[in-house]
Amino acid sequence: MVMADLEARAERAASRRGFLIGLPAYVYLILFFAIPLLIVAVYSFATRTSTGATALSDWNLDAWARVFSAAPARVFVRSFLLAAATTVLCLVFSYPFAYWIATRSPKVRSLLLVLVMIPFWSNFLVRTYAMKFLLGSEGPLSIISQLLGGEPVRLLFTVWAVLIGLVYGYMPFMILPLYAALERMDWSLVEAARDLYAGGWDAFRKVTLPLSMPGVVAGSVLVFIPALGAYVVPAILGGGSPPYLGDYIVLQFLTARNWPFGSALSVSVMLIMLIATIFYFRRGGRTL
Amino acid sequence: MSGAAVELAGVTKRFGEVTAVDAIDLTIGHGEFFSLLGPSGCGKTTTLRMIAGFEHPTEGSLRINGEEMGLLPPNRRPVNTVFQSYALFPHMTVYDNVAFGLQMRKLGSNEVAQRVERVLDQVQLRQRADARPSQLSGGQRQRVALARALVNEPEVLLLDEPLGALDLKLRQSMQVELKDLQERVGITFIYVTHDQEEALTMSDRIGVMDAGNLLQVGTPEEIYERPTSRFVASFIGDINFIDAVAAGGSVRLASGVELPISTDQPDGSEVTLALRPERLELFDLDEPIPDGHIRLNGKVSRRMYYGDSYFYDVDVGLPEPLEAREENRPDVEVYEVGEEAIVAWDPAATNVVTD
Repeated sequence: MVMADLEARAERAASRRGFLIGLPAYVYLILFFAIPLLIVAVYSFATRTSTGATALSDWNLDAWARVFSAAPARVFVRSFLLAAATTVLCLVFSYPFAYWIATRSPKVRSLLLVLVMIPFWSNFLVRTYAMKFLLGSEGPLSIISQLLGGEPVRLLFTVWAVLIGLVYGYMPFMILPLYAALERMDWSLVEAARDLYAGGWDAFRKVTLPLSMPGVVAGSVLVFIPALGAYVVPAILGGGSPPYLGDYIVLQFLTARNWPFGSALSVSVMLIMLIATIFYFRRGGRTL
Repeated sequence: MSGAAVELAGVTKRFGEVTAVDAIDLTIGHGEFFSLLGPSGCGKTTTLRMIAGFEHPTEGSLRINGEEMGLLPPNRRPVNTVFQSYALFPHMTVYDNVAFGLQMRKLGSNEVAQRVERVLDQVQLRQRADARPSQLSGGQRQRVALARALVNEPEVLLLDEPLGALDLKLRQSMQVELKDLQERVGITFIYVTHDQEEALTMSDRIGVMDAGNLLQVGTPEEIYERPTSRFVASFIGDINFIDAVAAGGSVRLASGVELPISTDQPDGSEVTLALRPERLELFDLDEPIPDGHIRLNGKVSRRMYYGDSYFYDVDVGLPEPLEAREENRPDVEVYEVGEEAIVAWDPAATNVVTD
């Protein structure tokens, strides 16, 4: 009995230590993440006064009713399609690249990874403005096109500019998890497949791809979620029209001054992301 | 079938500055159990990988069944590999692992099912067909790896240290199983190992490699009893080396004693004699020794007990003591440390080896 008691005490002490180690992060997240989130949720049930202020009284579901009307639904669908297209394009560009990095020598690998990270060294907003210049009708692309006897490039403020900007901005978030998954790959499995009469494509389809699915799932989630709520890129490269979720929500808070509706939109986007993430990881988990 | 199962001629593999395999010539016959034996980094695995098609020779010719392999990829060679770490597909069941090769060759599903079930019966894993590799023990994984290769009925089966990850008892029973299996299916086995015992017990022939060179090829008996080089002699089993000088049909030891051992080396050249400890016998000083045996008088300086045998270090006036192994049997006398004794051996058991 004495021994059992000692063991229980040791386990309690270990769990206490674990809690203490995690405590600073818990406190920080509760203060600056959970509480603001709660405030947003509460505001979604508040009333917008005629002056555009928010009255924390007369709790109602008006804002939520508006979320399910036609105009926001169109914004949701448009943003969803844009985020999906961004994810697919990122995946198509990143997979071969991550594969290529993962199969280099360790020294070359680190160098290439640093190159992938370099864009992070400058501000995203600045980079997006650079992109605006690049895609604009006075920009280098347009000049080259005209020098070659073509038309000026008319990409800016189109959905294509937004897509190009998002793919550019989020590609590293796809490359890194894919690289991590491929770098962990046991390449003797691919050799085994080749040894067992699989050609290069079959070996990839039957072995490499299924085994790198955790990277595909993680990368897709990391790209899809921020792309769904993106604000900076649609605002700068798309000009805010037609609106996507990010700039649509900002519009509610800053221009329309309808905080309850903006809050309800924000909460619904989060719920959608939560459901999508759970669904995606579940599906990914089954294929592993 | 034409030509040998596998034929290497002047096969060299260089990785940058490093020569992993250096101009190897080797012919392996149909149905042979051939082992490539050597320490890690000796080039044995690289040689195997060249036969499998994972690496391509820098120089030389590699033929399987008389056909030049050239740059033929692994999937188009009539060989299969059992990998060192087994390399079982973790996301597939045992059945799917074994069926993989047949499915890739687009065989009908009935035939695939029949052959997979037959081979799973052979390795006694039929009831684990739906398990994932991670749910199997080491020995079971090993048998799946074997089944996955054998189900394809390759001309040549390549095995890269397939028993290396198993513990001693299991390894020994798998050695017997593998040898039986090879005799039953009649497939050529090329077996890479650094374990001398494994090579000796299972092989029809052994090729000993060191630093990219194939030093000696022969039956297990030839390799063990008649090593031609110091490396082969010392890599396999225990051995005594005695430095000597060739002197007209005999050799002279550092102690001045002349032994009636002939060499093909010119008089006055330095030679190394190699003697297995179990070929040396100890006798009392007044005991008669067998006719024609060489004798050296000495004193026991150390005794080690191994259960089934005793190892003696006997000081015979040479820089190094001679090591003698005597079986622990009722009719074999046991000597004490400090006791004087005769070390005797048949001169035919002496090998003159090169460095």
